[in-house]
Amino acid sequence: MSTLDKKLLRDVARLWAQALAIALVLASGVTTLILAVGAYRSLEETRSAYYERYRFADIFASAKRAPQFVERQILEIPGVAAAETRISEFALLDIDGMVQPATGVAVSVPDHRDQRLNRIYMREGRLPEPGRIDEVVVNEAFAKAHKFELGSEFHAILNGYKRPLRIVGIALSPEFIYALGPGDLIPDDRRFGVLWMSEKALEAVYDLEGAFNYVSVKLLRNAIEADVIDQLDTLLKRYGGTGAFARKDQQSHAFIDAELKQLKAMAQVIPPIFLLVSAFLINITLSRLIALEREQIGLLKALGYTGLAVSWHYMKLVLIIAIVGIAIGAVAGTWLGQGLTRLYGDFFHFPFLIFQRGVDIYVIAASISLATAAAGGVRGIYAALTLPPAVAMSPPVPTHYAHLAVEKFHIFRHFSQLTVMAVRHIVRWPIRAGLTVLGIAMSGSLLITALFSIDSIDYMIDVVFFQADRQDATVNFSDVRPAEVLQSVEHLPGVLAAEPYRSVSVRLHHGHRQRKLAITGKMPGADLSRVLGRNDVPVALPESGLLVSERVAKLLNLKRGDTVDVEILDASRVRGPLGLKVDPTRLTPDPDVKPEDFKASPVRGNTRRVQIAGIIQSYLGLAVFMDLRALNELLDESPVVSGVHIAIDTNRTDALYRKIKELPAVSAIALQGEALRKFRETLATNIYIMTAVYVVLSVIIAFGVVYNSARIQLSERAREFASLRVLGFSKAEVSHVLLLELALLVAAAVPLAWIIGYGFAWATVQGFESDLYSIPFVIKANTYAFSTLVVLAAAGASALLVRRRIDRLNMIEALKTRE
Amino acid sequence: MFAVEGLIKIYHTGELEIHALAGVDLALYESELAVLLGPSGSGKSTLLNILGGLDTATAGSAHFRGSEITAMSERELTRYRRDHVGFVFQFYNLIPSLSARENVSLVTEISPNPMKPDEALGLVGLGHRLDHFPAQLSGGEQQRVAIARAIAKRPEVLLCDEPTGALDSKTGVQVLEALTSVNEELGTTTAVITHNVAIADIAHRVFYFGDGKIVRTKINKRRVAPSKVQW
Repeated sequence: MSTLDKKLLRDVARLWAQALAIALVLASGVTTLILAVGAYRSLEETRSAYYERYRFADIFASAKRAPQFVERQILEIPGVAAAETRISEFALLDIDGMVQPATGVAVSVPDHRDQRLNRIYMREGRLPEPGRIDEVVVNEAFAKAHKFELGSEFHAILNGYKRPLRIVGIALSPEFIYALGPGDLIPDDRRFGVLWMSEKALEAVYDLEGAFNYVSVKLLRNAIEADVIDQLDTLLKRYGGTGAFARKDQQSHAFIDAELKQLKAMAQVIPPIFLLVSAFLINITLSRLIALEREQIGLLKALGYTGLAVSWHYMKLVLIIAIVGIAIGAVAGTWLGQGLTRLYGDFFHFPFLIFQRGVDIYVIAASISLATAAAGGVRGIYAALTLPPAVAMSPPVPTHYAHLAVEKFHIFRHFSQLTVMAVRHIVRWPIRAGLTVLGIAMSGSLLITALFSIDSIDYMIDVVFFQADRQDATVNFSDVRPAEVLQSVEHLPGVLAAEPYRSVSVRLHHGHRQRKLAITGKMPGADLSRVLGRNDVPVALPESGLLVSERVAKLLNLKRGDTVDVEILDASRVRGPLGLKVDPTRLTPDPDVKPEDFKASPVRGNTRRVQIAGIIQSYLGLAVFMDLRALNELLDESPVVSGVHIAIDTNRTDALYRKIKELPAVSAIALQGEALRKFRETLATNIYIMTAVYVVLSVIIAFGVVYNSARIQLSERAREFASLRVLGFSKAEVSHVLLLELALLVAAAVPLAWIIGYGFAWATVQGFESDLYSIPFVIKANTYAFSTLVVLAAAGASALLVRRRIDRLNMIEALKTRE
Repeated sequence: MFAVEGLIKIYHTGELEIHALAGVDLALYESELAVLLGPSGSGKSTLLNILGGLDTATAGSAHFRGSEITAMSERELTRYRRDHVGFVFQFYNLIPSLSARENVSLVTEISPNPMKPDEALGLVGLGHRLDHFPAQLSGGEQQRVAIARAIAKRPEVLLCDEPTGALDSKTGVQVLEALTSVNEELGTTTAVITHNVAIADIAHRVFYFGDGKIVRTKINKRRVAPSKVQW
């Protein structure tokens, strides 16, 4: 080992604390980069491998009843590679030991051939025997939530009849990676299950022999998606098609997309913060080291070392710090990345996980880090390179200070000279002070950016559950029902209030823009489920016209007073007064009603022009509201409803649930309380992990910045501090100069952190916005306070560490050495 | 004023023991100007540091007006330096971020009975450069600011470690004049360390140091004015 390298190792040993602090900041950048990119790729790769192997479709469409021969017509649409038709219906589930009704979706699997698309992955067991109505394959998450095994049994209400089902298989499907039940904010595997059943059996149950009500389509490589959707819609219109949609609008797919988007945002925002801060720290630390060692540099050059050799010596120090940082970051990033991917594996249901640990992520992370470190070191290295030996050997010129402009006003008169020292020192090195402030502010803002989402979600919960949708449950009917059904619901045990709603699938057109969504009709003056204006205050429904959410208004470029074309996609069957021999208010099946009696509401040119009556607030989905009667009129139908919101007497829920489980008309039920409980439960775990991670990251930045600036100050001002001690100032008074300066910098950083955090949080809200949900922009005072406390604590701890060094300052040595 | 008996200071550097002071006995009188003369490593700085409360002794005792400095705690030493001692160093040790006046104020703010900073600077002939920062002053001027800072609190004793060491003879003389005038006008007991024999003539008494001991003491019957000193 060369002598210079020995010096290098000893320098590292001497500067270990500062070097480690910098390496940790750099490591945090590497960790977050590898974590985010690694998790992104793992999730993406797992999903696409899953899609590929199990033939996940590209386009989906449902209809009321399409004859089987339509399948051939679908296959003839240019661009279609394959199609899979099936029966798909919601059903209430009655499970032993569970009071609340659960909701399931019954999906048919072909009896005598393999599935062409959306193939299921059998974890165990087998498919149902053809034609067996009592055999079912359930999704794995649902089975796990109920501790179901092969042979376990439960009941489902299939088309009005309660039937016992025996589990013969447990499976997963690329369609239900993220399996969200109706009305839920987050998957609750106890209350939502997928039931794969024999096609023949479901055909019989739903009176769909020789027909289907759901089709999935796989496209050829260069097919034009929009064209296929158009043709599919045209084809299915007469069979009650409700509008085809592409993968990006498929619920499970869209939720994973939203998650991937967040990971991408994380990879783009957080690592650069750490890299910038570490570059700054390397810059100030190396510059100081070279200033301290100018005599040695001069000597080395005088001895015949070239400027390059000397520079390389210092560059090696930078590289050592970078390599340590990269190594720590790579290990932590890999470890956390696997943890995060596994967490995704629990949350999203994959049959397998592919850990994408491409060498390239590490190479990229390492290269970026090395480049950042080197960039941080450039100024110091350049100084070492250009320092002429003769100049290096003579003492540096004392630092120039000047009176501050503001001193004209004698502002310092009331301060001690120690305070003046601190203030002048900050002003003397404005860039360094500024960057230090910025570094500390980054720490605080990172925390605000991470933790504000808790505030926003809290606020959203309040708005969604306690301001807007205040019902305890929403009962969804298998078909629309006459409005008189409301009275029957009101008479169910424990129902305190009931409000009907009508939901219809439409495509809104405005100019060249269009969007498939649902219009919800509500009773004017509805009190359970209310519509909120932009300021989150309830608004009254106008007699006519649509209220659209901000997101819809943005997507379709709508403002109040505009008109939109409403293309009605949902030609519903209506049970009831349309010439049927049935008591329209009854919820139980009438044995006399035959499927042939179902009648589609008259289709009379299916596009209507409607005015936008106002823009409203909604955080979930693409919300569009209308007066219930106006909607019925728009659809040319008698007063009908899709479901009912109810308020429940909590003492009688058991009786109500028992009754609902017997009702054939109910296809699904959403329980607000359960949804909220599950949401909060999932959130709570995530929040603790997230808070812990971000506190650690913020502390690393705050500590790294404050500790390094304090150490550098101490090194620059050791003589000053020793002089003060000699003059009779106590240790506390001397520390005061340094601590006051740090305190001023931290104090300046706090409001800056708030401002930057506010900006980051705002950008995050924009980034989060999707068709699935948007989050309100709310930052509570608590979040500012907490982030400030963390920064203060980290800064305080590092300052105290440096203070111990002031206490140990050797006065005599400090005074004897020449600057 | 100072009574030093059998003072020993041993530094341990690795396996090596350095006897910086090997038993020094000394008394300094009120208002006396003493010069401590000797080669590097002869122990004079160590003695001055102990008298000034910057360092502790290994054995023996040093008393200041009856108080035993060598038995004081860290806190008491700080108090002692603050209230009684003024220091002047070879490399001035001014605070670069404070102007001349502010460097002096630094001390007067914490002293019980200080003179005005302007007055102290006037005493060393710098009444016209009050608002200059150290970087704007020559070496001699900086050292005189250091003297002004040391005397502004009216210390009982002024300890100077090679005050002219970094200066040319002309500026050095100005600094010595400042020291003697302070000694005469304020009656401050002054101890000056030097290895410059010529300076010894300005003192009342001269202590010659060698190998950690006082080898000889000389009383100047006729003192020489600083302006007559040359080197």
